This record gives sequence, C-alpha cells and structure tokens, in this order.
Amino acid sequence: MAIQALTTTVRRRGRALAGTGGRTAALFLVPFFAVFAIAMIAPVIYSLVLSFHSQQKSGLGFGEAKTVFVGLENYVQVFQSETFMEGIGRLGLYCLIYIPCMVGGAVVFALLLDASVAKARKLFQLLVFLPHAVPGVIAALIWAYLYTPGISPLVQALQGGGIQINFLDAHLVLPSIVNIGVWEWTGYNVIILFTALQAVPREILEAARVDGAGEIRAAVSIKFPLILPALSVIMLFTIIGTLQLFTEPNIISKATASVTSTWVPNLWAYDAAFIRHNLNQAAAASIIIAGLAAILSLAVTRLSSRMNKA
Amino acid sequence: MSTSTVSRPHSSAAAKQNPSRNGGRTNRGASKRAGGFASKLTVNGLLIIGSAYMVVPVLWLVFASTKNAADLYGTSAYALGNFSLFENIANVANQDGGLFFRWLGNSVMYAGVGAVLGSLISVMAGYAFDKFQFRWKDSLFGFVLVGVLIPNTATVLPMYLLASVVGMTNTVWAILIPVLCNPFGVYLARVYSASYVPAETLEAARMDGAGPIRSFFSLGLPMMMPGYITIALFQFVGVWNNFMLPLVMLQDQQLLPVSVGISIWQGYSVPQPEFTPMVITGSLLSILPLLVAFIMLQRFWKSGLTAGSVK
Repeated sequence: MAIQALTTTVRRRGRALAGTGGRTAALFLVPFFAVFAIAMIAPVIYSLVLSFHSQQKSGLGFGEAKTVFVGLENYVQVFQSETFMEGIGRLGLYCLIYIPCMVGGAVVFALLLDASVAKARKLFQLLVFLPHAVPGVIAALIWAYLYTPGISPLVQALQGGGIQINFLDAHLVLPSIVNIGVWEWTGYNVIILFTALQAVPREILEAARVDGAGEIRAAVSIKFPLILPALSVIMLFTIIGTLQLFTEPNIISKATASVTSTWVPNLWAYDAAFIRHNLNQAAAASIIIAGLAAILSLAVTRLSSRMNKA
Repeated sequence: MSTSTVSRPHSSAAAKQNPSRNGGRTNRGASKRAGGFASKLTVNGLLIIGSAYMVVPVLWLVFASTKNAADLYGTSAYALGNFSLFENIANVANQDGGLFFRWLGNSVMYAGVGAVLGSLISVMAGYAFDKFQFRWKDSLFGFVLVGVLIPNTATVLPMYLLASVVGMTNTVWAILIPVLCNPFGVYLARVYSASYVPAETLEAARMDGAGPIRSFFSLGLPMMMPGYITIALFQFVGVWNNFMLPLVMLQDQQLLPVSVGISIWQGYSVPQPEFTPMVITGSLLSILPLLVAFIMLQRFWKSGLTAGSVK
C-alpha cells in the first residue's frame, strides 16, 4: 500500500520525488552491500566449498595434492575430534560461569547506580566504563601478569594472608579467563542498562514510593522488569561474543601450559589452519562455529520475544 | 504526562508551605533518614568496590610501567621503586628502530578508516532502510541482521582463505576492507535515522528541489551526527581491539597493528624477561589514545546510547 501511495505521488510530482525509489536507495545501499559481500558472504560461501573438499596426495605422497570432493567427511572428522569436543565443552562451561557473573554484575551495578542515594554517578560511570577502552589483548596481558607469581600484587597479598593459589593451573585457568571477560564487559553493559533505567518514567517510581515501596522493592519489582528488553539484547550479544573467545586464551596460553593450542573451538580452527595446515578442516570448524552462533542467537531472540509478550 | 510534571513540584511546594498538615509524616521521614544513611553507605560502598575492581588493574599497569625489570619482580606492586618510566619509554621507542610507533600508526590508520569511512557506509545504508521504500527491503535488512549475528571470528579464517586465493593476505587491504563492514552500525543507523531525522524535513527539502543525495548530506547526516559519532567511536574501538584478523592476515611486522605487535613482544618476554617492562610500558602507551578519546567524547557515546535505547 505504501508503495502504491508512493507511485501516485511520484507520478504527481514528477522528477522531484524520483528520489524515494529503488534506484536512489541502491545508491545508498551499494557501498554497504559491496563490503558485506566481500567480507561476509563470499568468505562463508568459499569456506562452505572448502569444507566439502579435501586435499589428497596420490600414491606414495609425492607430487601435487589433488582436491577431492568428500561430502561431509570434514565435518564428521571435526565432530569426532576429541580436542574439538573438549573445546566445545569448555566453551559451554565458560558460558555457564561467565554469563551469570557478567550480566548479574552489570544489573546489580546499574541498579545501585540508579538508586536515589547514589553519589557521583558521572564519575562511577566513567570508571566502570574504563575497561572497555582497554583492548582485549592488553586486558589479557594485564591479568596474565596479575596472575603470575613473583610479579603480581594479588598473588603476593594472598600469600601474605597464607593462601597459596595458582590462578593459572589447570583447574583455575578457566575461571581466571572468565574473570578477564567479566572485567572487560561488565562496565559496558552497566552503561547500557543504566541508560535503560534512566528511561523508566519517574512518575511510576514516585507512585511506588508513595505506596510505601522501599528502594530495594522498587528496584526488584519495578525497575528490573522494565529493563528486561535491554537485558535480552545484552544476552544476545553476550552469547555471540562468548563464542568468539580467542584473544584471551591465546594470550594466556603463552603464560601457562594449562591453555592448550586447541583450548576453545576458535583456537582449534586457528590451529587447524596454521599449525596442522588442514585448511579444509579449519573451514568446516569455522562453519560449525558460525552455525552454532546462528542457532543460539535465534533461540535467544525467540525466547526473549516470548518473554516480552508474556 | 503533563499533569504529573505539573503536580509534582506543586505538591512538594504545598508540603513545604504548611508542614503541620503532614505532622504524621515527619516521624516516618526521620526514621527514613536514619535508614537512608545506612543505605547511602551500602550503595556508595558497593559502587566504590565495583569501580575499584575496574580501575585497579589499569592502575597496576601505570605503576608497573615506571619500573625496570629488577624492580618489577623485586619491589611491592604499588611502591614506586626507581622511577624508570622514561627509560622504559625510550626502550620501547628504540626497539627495532621505532617499530612500536609504526604499529601505533597502523592501528590509528586501520581504526580511523574503519571509523570514518565504515560508519559513513553504515549510516548511508541505515538511512536508506529507514527513509526509502524499495523492493526486497525486508529481506535485505534480514541479511544485515544475519550479519550482526555471525561472530566476527567465525569469518576471519574464511576471509583469510579467500584472501590467500586472490593474493591479498599480508597487505593493508586485508584489514581495511573487512573493517568497513559493520552490520550492527547499519542497524543502529536505522534507529538513529528514525528518531533524529523527521520525514517532514526531508519532504520540505524535496519540495525545495533538493535531490535525495543532497538532502542526505546537507540535512540527514548533520541531524544524525551524534549517532554517526557513536557508531564511529564504537567501530574505532572494535577495530583497535581486533586481534584475530590481523594476527591471521599479516606476517610483515611493518603492517601490524599495536595489539598483535605487543602480543609478539609478550612471546619474546617468556624466554627473555628483560622484554617484560617493554610489554607493560607498550601496553600503557597503546591504551592512552583510547582513554583520551573516551574521556573527550564522553558526551557523545553517552548521548548516543541514550537515544538508541530510548527508541
């Protein structure tokens, strides 16, 4: 209907309105879709093709390798790889610890910041946002040093208190890496949630106060439900972000042997491409990671739209 | 809504004028004030603890960068030791003929192009999705959303594989082209366009004979400026922080951004601990530009986030 209305006005006004048609839209859209095609669509298609092929050397292994169509064999191999599945399990565990800690922390901090008795809100916002200005590599480096005995004030202080702890041993390295993620992302999400809280109509809170609801009661039963939409967006991006886990374990792996070269799926794919030189398996692994992200984010969107309706 | 904004100051004024009427309330007010002190203490105390967790690691970096290798391992973390910051900076600057500053320059270039040009591309597309009617609009926007949902790192290896076919690995283009693509920027720009640029304004411009391109650059873009700056700022940070893409694409040390460069030094510092102060000081130097940008542009990213979430 809108298009119909548009065409009639176009006819009526002639040249002046030609601008809203497809050709002008194309002019605005072509730059984006050009880079989108180069940076996303083409690589994904090429990886799909690669993932269905394999390099096979003929006879005794001399001479040129031949590219052979192998169907789903690469995918089967990736799923059968013990190290890949361990990586998936580790990533799942990481999510289970990281998401409640980070999102929960962000909600609590944002609610505290929004409490009427909070002071120096601007300063706190700036301080809490500080880690977002620190690149992931540098954050991982700082924490790697803070975990290293001999250089770390943290380890030293704990030793002073009689606690011997090695943050980088096989059991603790996962929570230690979770902590890096929490440090990097909590403040960013605090700002988003705090902004959403600021949009809560003050009249509602006023009414609650008149009705005798205390600060905590208002936070739990009025403010929190009203920031649920913002929260579901945060959940979505947190899950997508978590699947990307690469930088932190990559940096930490240089500081400890507890983090192997195939520790999470992304590291596994990197290892397949550059250490094992099996590009076809690397492509299959990348497609699996992207597919996993698609399924999970679809699930979160479905869930949150159902929650928002209810 | 208008009634409530009027009634609120009115009622508080009335309360001030004759407090006798609210005699019953004053008691409750007093007890609230006592509880108020405790809750003020708790809330602000927790805020301070949370902020300390965020700030202390960065402070450690500042202190650690003033120490030489011996003091780093020898003195307590927040003691000053021999003040060797300038010595450390000199070491960073002289290593491999100033390679570090080359890395910083590369980061500024990659992130700058991504921010300025990449965001312009996103803003144009978002504006078109908001303001124009065209065929396949919904399905094209669906592509954008799928692009938002695919993790960056999942496309890095595929991009490398493709780039090696066309011989583009180890060139600046291997970084510059991917950083122009920001689907989330398109999504945000559509929201900003809907809330900042009234259709009537464009209609008026059209009546005055301005073409769609002219009205975008002289009306739409200036009106969306806060949104553009927000998208650009986040894109800048995203590219500056990007690690896997340059790690995979680039071998030539002259082309590396500072993130990958520092991680190479970290690799050296495992067998050669004398590299450690350089890793630490280099880390500090590499986050300074971002810290400055964030503090200076504070108003922009905050107002941008506000506009985005209110919508």
